Amino acid sequence: MSKAWFGKHERQALLAPIVQNNPIAVQVLGICSALAVTTRMDKALVMGLGVILVTALANFAVSLVRNHTPGSIRMIVQLSIIASLVIVVDQILRATLYELSLELSVYVGLIITNCIVMGRAEGYAMNNPPWTSLLDGVGNGLGYAILLLLVAFARELLGSGKLFGMQVLPLVQEGGWYQPNGLMLLAPSALFIVALLIWLLRTLKPEMQEED
Amino acid sequence: MLEHYLNLFLRSMLLENMALAFFLGMCSFLACSKKVETALGLGVAVVFVQVLTVPLNNLILKGLLVEGALAWIHPSLATVNLTFLAFILFIGSIAAATQVVEMAVDRYAPKLYTTLGVFLPLIAVNCVILAGALFMQERDYTFGESVVFGFGSGLGWMLAIVAMAGVREKMKYSHVPDGLKGLGITFIVAGLMSMAFMVFSGIQL
Repeated sequence: MSKAWFGKHERQALLAPIVQNNPIAVQVLGICSALAVTTRMDKALVMGLGVILVTALANFAVSLVRNHTPGSIRMIVQLSIIASLVIVVDQILRATLYELSLELSVYVGLIITNCIVMGRAEGYAMNNPPWTSLLDGVGNGLGYAILLLLVAFARELLGSGKLFGMQVLPLVQEGGWYQPNGLMLLAPSALFIVALLIWLLRTLKPEMQEED
Repeated sequence: MLEHYLNLFLRSMLLENMALAFFLGMCSFLACSKKVETALGLGVAVVFVQVLTVPLNNLILKGLLVEGALAWIHPSLATVNLTFLAFILFIGSIAAATQVVEMAVDRYAPKLYTTLGVFLPLIAVNCVILAGALFMQERDYTFGESVVFGFGSGLGWMLAIVAMAGVREKMKYSHVPDGLKGLGITFIVAGLMSMAFMVFSGIQL
């Protein structure tokens, strides 16, 4: 085995999607679930873990069969691999964290149509060997999870003064000083926070700005 | 009865708007909302497919997957519960249905195909469609309800994307900070629209 397991190429596959090529902020994939599950950090964490698992294993599996998949049916092959993996994740969640799985409701199932998973399977795993595909999947899943946690951090902290369900800022109702911002728990705030993150990222990296 | 359906229709269209309250189909919502024309085409295709696949998946769920559904084959199968297979069957039936619709439209309505055709394959992996089926399962809709829900939620999504495209067309002439151009401002507009749609909460017939 002359090839290094963790050469430059492999490190690139793992690390690039975390910041430089973040799936949500830069590639704008997988927004749907990113916005909906971020009212609490524990939800975001579980969702992030699920997506890491699915992207990594789906990339790996798709890459394994990439030379045996005729082009015309590749979508359906990818979809069935992804759907089977999501079923596994869903069943594990139901068995171990039942309450949380009820709160995540349809969004676990929606990992199937999460564009990150499909996008990476189609765009990366179809042309790359299994090991780097696995790393690319983990990297993209991590990039997704980190952004999810960032958004959830802002929403949970400002919306209910909590982090992971623990009271961090004492609320006015309970004799503290923090007046919770109810908007943060509602749908629109997620869009604003992602917009602000994108703004920040693009101000720091002007080459990513769009000519609109 | 009619009131119940009407209520469900309004709720799925406005109050629980797929795009603005549940953030579903965001990828295409953002990517295809630059022009009203494109947005309208995609919106119509979504309504079309949604009305078709939600009831179809309802039949699959009630007729094959839930506990006791297979009892007609053999009494010993009465305790079999296959609902864990729902994800893979839903996505399969959606992919198949969009394919069939695409071919049928191509054959019988070529004019419609030129406007709708490009969007149909795209829709197979649109989260709105799968979410429609999953919400149907979660909320345990009957067949009639699933037709109404499919229509309402599809229409709501179409409303949202067309409105969004309208706003974005106007926004071409406004001065937006460099970092917010394109995607950023679109998110903010979607947030404002989402706030506007919250006005509908509490409407009950």
